[in-house]
Formats: sequence, C-alpha cells, structure tokens
Amino acid sequence: MDEQSISLTVNGTEQNAKAEPRMSLADFLRERLGLTGTHIGCEHGVCGACTVICDGMAVRSCLMFAVQAEKKEIKTIEGLADGDTMHPLQTLFSEHRALQCGFCTPGMLMTAVDLVDNNPSITPPEIKIGMSAVLCRCTGYEGILKAVEAYAMQIKGV
Amino acid sequence: MPDSIPGYIGQSVPRREDKRLLRGEGLFVADIQLPNMLHVAIARSQFPHARIKDIDLSKALSAEGVELAISGEDILEHLPPISGMQLTTPPGYQERVDTDIQIPDQPLIPHEKVRFVGEPYALVVAKNRYLAEDAIELISTNFDPMPPVATTDDALDRNAPLLHENLGRNVAAILHTKKGKGAEALKTAPHRLKRRFYHHRYAAMPMECRGVVADYDARTDTLTIWSSTQVVHWVRREVANSLGMPEENVRCIAPDVGGGFGGKGHVYPEDILVAYLARRLRRPVKWIEDRHEHFLNSTHSRDNIYDVEIGFDNNGRIETVVSDFVVDSGAYSPIGAGIAGNSIAHMLGPYDIPNYEASSKIVLTNRTPNAPYRGAGRPEVGFAMERAVDLVANELDLDPAEVRFRNMIKADQMPYSVGLTYRDGVPIVYDSGDYPKALERALEELGGLKSIRKRQKDALSQGRYIGLGLGCYVEGTGVGPFEGARVKIDATGKIVVATGACPQGQGHETVFAQVTADLWKVPIEDVYVTVADTAHVTMGYGTLASRSTVTASGAIQLASDEIKEKVFAIASDILETGVQDLELRDSGVGVKGVPGMHISFRDIATAARPGWGHKRPEGIDAGLEVTSYYEPPTVTWSYASNAAIVEVNPATGQVLIENYVEVHDAGVLVNPAIADGQVKGGLVQGLGGGLLEEITYDENGQLLTGSFMDYLLPSASDVPPITVIHQETPSPLNSLGVKGLGEGGAIAPPVVIANAVCDALRPFKAEINSTPVRWGDVAAIFGDDPFKATSTTTTPEMDE
Repeated sequence: MDEQSISLTVNGTEQNAKAEPRMSLADFLRERLGLTGTHIGCEHGVCGACTVICDGMAVRSCLMFAVQAEKKEIKTIEGLADGDTMHPLQTLFSEHRALQCGFCTPGMLMTAVDLVDNNPSITPPEIKIGMSAVLCRCTGYEGILKAVEAYAMQIKGV
Repeated sequence: MPDSIPGYIGQSVPRREDKRLLRGEGLFVADIQLPNMLHVAIARSQFPHARIKDIDLSKALSAEGVELAISGEDILEHLPPISGMQLTTPPGYQERVDTDIQIPDQPLIPHEKVRFVGEPYALVVAKNRYLAEDAIELISTNFDPMPPVATTDDALDRNAPLLHENLGRNVAAILHTKKGKGAEALKTAPHRLKRRFYHHRYAAMPMECRGVVADYDARTDTLTIWSSTQVVHWVRREVANSLGMPEENVRCIAPDVGGGFGGKGHVYPEDILVAYLARRLRRPVKWIEDRHEHFLNSTHSRDNIYDVEIGFDNNGRIETVVSDFVVDSGAYSPIGAGIAGNSIAHMLGPYDIPNYEASSKIVLTNRTPNAPYRGAGRPEVGFAMERAVDLVANELDLDPAEVRFRNMIKADQMPYSVGLTYRDGVPIVYDSGDYPKALERALEELGGLKSIRKRQKDALSQGRYIGLGLGCYVEGTGVGPFEGARVKIDATGKIVVATGACPQGQGHETVFAQVTADLWKVPIEDVYVTVADTAHVTMGYGTLASRSTVTASGAIQLASDEIKEKVFAIASDILETGVQDLELRDSGVGVKGVPGMHISFRDIATAARPGWGHKRPEGIDAGLEVTSYYEPPTVTWSYASNAAIVEVNPATGQVLIENYVEVHDAGVLVNPAIADGQVKGGLVQGLGGGLLEEITYDENGQLLTGSFMDYLLPSASDVPPITVIHQETPSPLNSLGVKGLGEGGAIAPPVVIANAVCDALRPFKAEINSTPVRWGDVAAIFGDDPFKATSTTTTPEMDE
C-alpha cells in the first residue's frame, strides 16, 4: 500500500514522516517517531492506554489514523514533563501511589490533563466519571482519583 | 539477621520504578525495536475442536513482505511440545494426597487437530505486523470439525469425544485427600447441608497483553529473549530444552511488564516459537499479542463446580466438610494440578474442623486453557466454603458472624496443625495470626455487628434491603521450591543485587532495595537492584503465588550473610580488631564505640580484589560476590477477614456496595503503601469477578467474550469505598517476619458480595450459590412485585 507523507506537530516539534493510510496514530507515534510511551492496550478504543492530546483534546490514538493527524498538534506522555521537571500530575501520581505496573499510566495522565485543564472547576464525582475512560488493572483506582483530585485543587489554587 | 535498629523496612519508601513509568520512559516488550526486525502474526483456530486436514500457505508465502509462513507440520521434527509438568510437585505431596495425574503436553502449533478457539495453527513472519496480518488472511485451510466438548459435563460423559486420545480420558488429574473420618463423620453429625456451588470463568486480564521479542547471535550461538512473563527462568529452561541449547546460551529478560496476576506465570508456545524463529531466520523477531488474541489464547481461570456437604451440630460447630469438585481446565493444563491442589489445601480456611474429605477432577474441555490467576483455587474454594458457612448459620438461625467466631482457630492455638499436606509436600501448619480479631476489626470498621443488624432491620421496615456479607480466608504464601539472589559489593562500594523475582508492578526494585539497605545498614540510594534477567542469577523461580517478598528476601539475606563473613574478616585484619568488636555502619565496617575506626565498603572491595596488592587475610578468597538460593521450610500463612455492606435495589436488582473492609495480615510489611496497593488492587479484581467480569462460551464451545465491549473490567466509577486494615503478625518462619500478599485481595470479594446479597434478601430465603452475581438474577428473586416478599431461589439444580 502506498505511503502518504504526514506533517504534524508532536510535543512542540514539527515532524514529517510517512505512513500507510491504514496506520493508526498509535502505531505511527510508536514506530515512526519512536515515542513508545504511548501504550496500546486493546486497539478497540475501550482501555484508554493509548490516549494522547490532539489539538487540546484527549483522543484514543488507536482509533485515529495517522493521516487524520495531518496538521494537528499532538501531545504525548513524552511531552508532559518540562525537561527534567516533572509535570505536577506526574509528581502527584507518585505521591498517591497511582501506578503499579505503569502500563495504563500514560493514558491516565493524558486523560487527567485533558479533564482538569479543560475544566478547572471539576468536582471529585466528575473526576471519577471522567477517569473511568481509562482502565487500570493494578491499583483499584483509589490513588489515581486522589492524585487527579489533588491536581484539580492545585489548578484551582486551593 | 539485622539488629532491630529501625531502617527502611516498614517505611513507605517512594517507588524507584515510578519516574521512568511516569515519563513514558519505561520499556515494555512492544517498545523494543531492533534493526532488521521481523514481525509475527498468528493464525488461530475458529473451531473449538477440529481435525486439521490441510493448510495451504502458498498464497501467504508469496504475499508482500512475507519472509516465512509455517504450520504445525513444519515444526513437528524441530520443536517438541511444552511439557504438561511445568510446575512439579515434590514426592511428599504425592504420598500424602492421592493423585492420578496425566497432564497433556501442549504442542507449540498442533498439526493433527485444534482443541480450542484461538489455538494457533499457522504463523506468518513479515516485514511488519500489518503485512503479516494481511498474509494470515491468505492462508487457506481445510478443517474437519469434530463434536466439541463444551462443558465438564460433556467431557465426563462416557461417549464424549476425547481431546487427547493418548490419555484415554478427558481428565488431566484426579486428587483425593482426607482428614480425620472424612465423609464418615457426616453420619454422626446432627445436621447436614448439601449444595452445589459454581465459581465462573474469568481472567487475569493485564492491561499489557503478552509479547515476545527474540534476537539470535550467530557468533556466540546465543539467544536473547524479551518476554512479558512472570517467570524468566522457566522461559529460559523451556527454550533451551526445545532448541537443544545450553541454558547458558539463552538469556531471558522480562523488561517492564504491564501486569501479570498469574496469567503470565508459565511458559506459552509463543515464548519458544519466537525464539525458534529468530534463530532460524537469523534476524530479530517480534510477536505482540493483541487484545482479541489475549481473550482467545492467554489462559483463563476459575471455572470450578463444587458439590459440598457439611455436617454440623446444634451450636453451628462444623464437624466435617466433604467436597467433590471439578475444574474446567480447558484444552490443556499448563500448571498441572496446581489450582485443584490449592483448593484442597485451603478449604478449611481459618476454621478448626476435625474431619474433611475432598476429591477433585481436573477436566479437559474445548476451551482456552485454565491456569492460576490471583488466588489460584482459593477464590473458588472460598466461594463454596464461605457460602456454606452462611447457609449453616441460616439453618440454625444464627448470625453468620457468630458461626464464624464459634469455628475459628483462636490465637492461642497457633501454630495450628491442620492435618493436611501443602503442595510443597509439607504438613500444613498455620504459622501465626489472630483470625477472630481480624473478623472483629472488620465488623467494628462497619459500626459493629449490633448496629449493623439494627440498621438492617430498620431499613427493611422501610422496604430497603441492606445486607452484611462476610468472607474469611487463609492463604499459603512464599511457596518454594526456592528463589535465587546474587549480591555483590561493587568496586565502588555500592551494593548490587539481582534476584530471580520478576515483578509486574509490585515495586520489587524498591522493596528489595529496602531489604538490602537494612541488611547492610546503607542508604537505600547505594543499593542497585536488577530483576527478571537470567543473565544475573543462574537459577531463579519467578514471581507468582504471592512468593517474592518471602523467597527473594530470603535469598538476598543468605547471600548477604555469606559476604558479610568475608567483609568482616577483611575489616578485622585491616582494623586489627576482633570480628566481635566490629559492626556495620556508615557504608562500611567500624569498631564498636570507636567513631574514627572505620573502613568503607569501597576500600574493603578493593582489598578483596584478586591479584597483586590485595589485602585479604589468609584463607579468604577473592571477590565480594555470592549467589544464594533460599529454600523455604514451607509456606507462611497470610489471612484476612472481609466484610461489606450492600444495598439491593428491589426494582433493578442493582447491588450497591456501600462499604467494603478487608482486615489483612501478611506479617511484617516491608513497604506498607505498596502492600496496601497490592491488597486494594486485588480487591477490585475480586469485585470485578463478583459482579462484572465473565468469560462465556456458547453450547458449541465458541468464545462469546472476545473484547472489552463484551467483557467488563471495573472502571473507576465501579469501585466502592474500600478500607484495608493491616494486622501485622510476624511469621516465625523467616527472620524478617514477612508473609506474601500479592494475591489475597482477589480471594474473597465474590463470596462477600453473594453473602451480602443473600443476607439482604433473607426475607426471601434467597440463595445465590454461583458467580457472578447478576442484577437480573437478583431482581428475579423479588418476583413480579419488587416490594412483596416471596420465596424463591437461584440455586443451580443438583445433579443427583
């Protein structure tokens, strides 16, 4: 199958790479750009491990074709920290024991960033519903919810 | 053993694994990219049971980007099947438990027939996964479908077709054991109660599916395998045996592993196939399981039917338990009789019961193979037993809590000899704990039994159905045969540790650094831990069966003790002070009470080096590196009491868990926050199994749940408020006092939910004796008018 050339911005850097039209954005990020922090857990849009931010909104990168990302601005887990300085949510995840195996963690973090940054007045029940978009098999979610709630409080400046 | 100066053990030290995982810098198998790498896609059977008449690979072979396509016939002469006895039992076990075990071998790719939907029949190796999957579509096959053995009842029918003709039966193993008078004691029991219980099939379902990458180096004739596995040393052993290579030339690494929970706790055909392909093609080869394949092909678990008869007196004291159960093992049984063995050993739980008899059949059906998953036999037997205890209470109109207290082993009976044999061949002795206290604390956490019962009564008068569910268990943990660890003092003075443990999220790098730092009295930053790499430890066992904290810590300690003797001998010589006057301090050895007299580990390591200028005293050989193997005397016994309050909605049957409490005892907790996370994570898996998760097949053996659209994993909104309380009774069996805790949480929730719902629906004399607890079934108990009490039951029919 013919490959198409794709131009997009990933974590603030302009990228040009080729992919078949059928290649998922998740595979493109991982295989073409080497950004393997985005994980693939189900490839049918349920588990949320592959969540990335596309033009400011959380998307399932397994359900999006790479060609659909043409001219889009993508943010992945690799772009969350500011160099060596962790994003506050990353620090809170560690403090609240919000990860064990770490496989769902990138999807959790990108989902939480989208959820809270786009809705700074979010309440804990809304966080619980919003974070249900990503499945975790290890933690039982308690630490994840606490971390995201703490992040929402920080954003609110409480 | 270290003295009792408080160190890192017992502290919730932050996990050293977190940073890389939070930054997307972890390395999972799928993340491995090697130059010139090829990709595998596997063709999987759509038939539960069929003869393979013909497989035509010619079109696939000529497809774009394809390097190789093979079926079972192509490897027949090259690759033997995986032995059915990956997990062995010691002779003592077979002597004390009657066993008749004939576990079938599992072909890597069968060539004569397929035995479950999802079993591989061919594979394609291509330039990338997309092309490999394209080529799979071009394989044409001629299968001759055979009658499926869809259920254990079908399998045991005299006229049933055989899955494995060479066995002559659809039974992989028969086990039997007896304590006291066994079933005989039923005759003299004042009361008898008999029921059938069913624990349904569900699965470990880690978020990362399995995957294998292998790379062959022709110059050294060595294979490196990266596998998402819990048992790197098993993978190395099986690959070495299959490919006829020395183990030394096979290295297996489990990099970051995205959850395992037992489902990655044995060797799968793909582990060997991918290694074989890499050697055959002289190129790196990668296979990553997708989620649909995972549902079809990675082992499922549970799926046991129990027929239980229990004899008891007027006071609710249980006199005997008689159990006859069947494990639906699917088409193979990779862990042999492990699940049934666990079930038999754990049935009596925390109770003092004089007589017991258990018989089990591990039955082969045309389903995905069944292997241990978090709990491994304990949730199944716990469901039967803890439901039965509630039924005894109902029969005598006693409170289920009271019946439990009356039967429980008391703290002053510890250590308690059960009168059965564990699967390590050793007579079971519960080592320590206070079982009644755990139950008391669980009830207290929910407001106390009296107030719960009052609330329940008041609610009922308002037409609300509130129930209390209880579930108690014991769990043998830290099982042998052994674990390995290599400890060395590096030339820089840092302590370097490697163990055979293979974590999948348990935080071993942190936990074993804590243990090691305390053993050597060094800052934790000076300890470097490697896990899950056969290159670092010659023999290892792996992380399954709630064993690593106990067994790997034991091995680290043995190795450390041996090195310490050398360290002290060298320090004694250099400091010109007797060993008895020396102590470990400040990353080295010092003279007790003399602050200035000290030599660092770095200097001791230099002194210990071989060659000119060494400073070793006479008789001390060179180097500060030791590999040790800890062989535990037997298992340590963790235990817990669970209690939950649920409210049942009469209109919808919805089961709302208001509060869930587990009082858990795993001895000394090395890292309480990690331990807490293990128990809570397990609990949510148990709640998933109790209410949501279910693998189903149709009557023809066709899998109906092949995606997360059909199989419901608990999400954040499904989780009720959970409290875990740790009761820390040290184990007398190891000097750290630790017990295992990886599995415990997952054991009780299904029965706790069932008991709670039945308790809420006592006015209906409702019985829910099977899992999962479905809202529809619960709603049906209320009949047409949800607010009018009528008697009904959802108990499955008895056979006889």
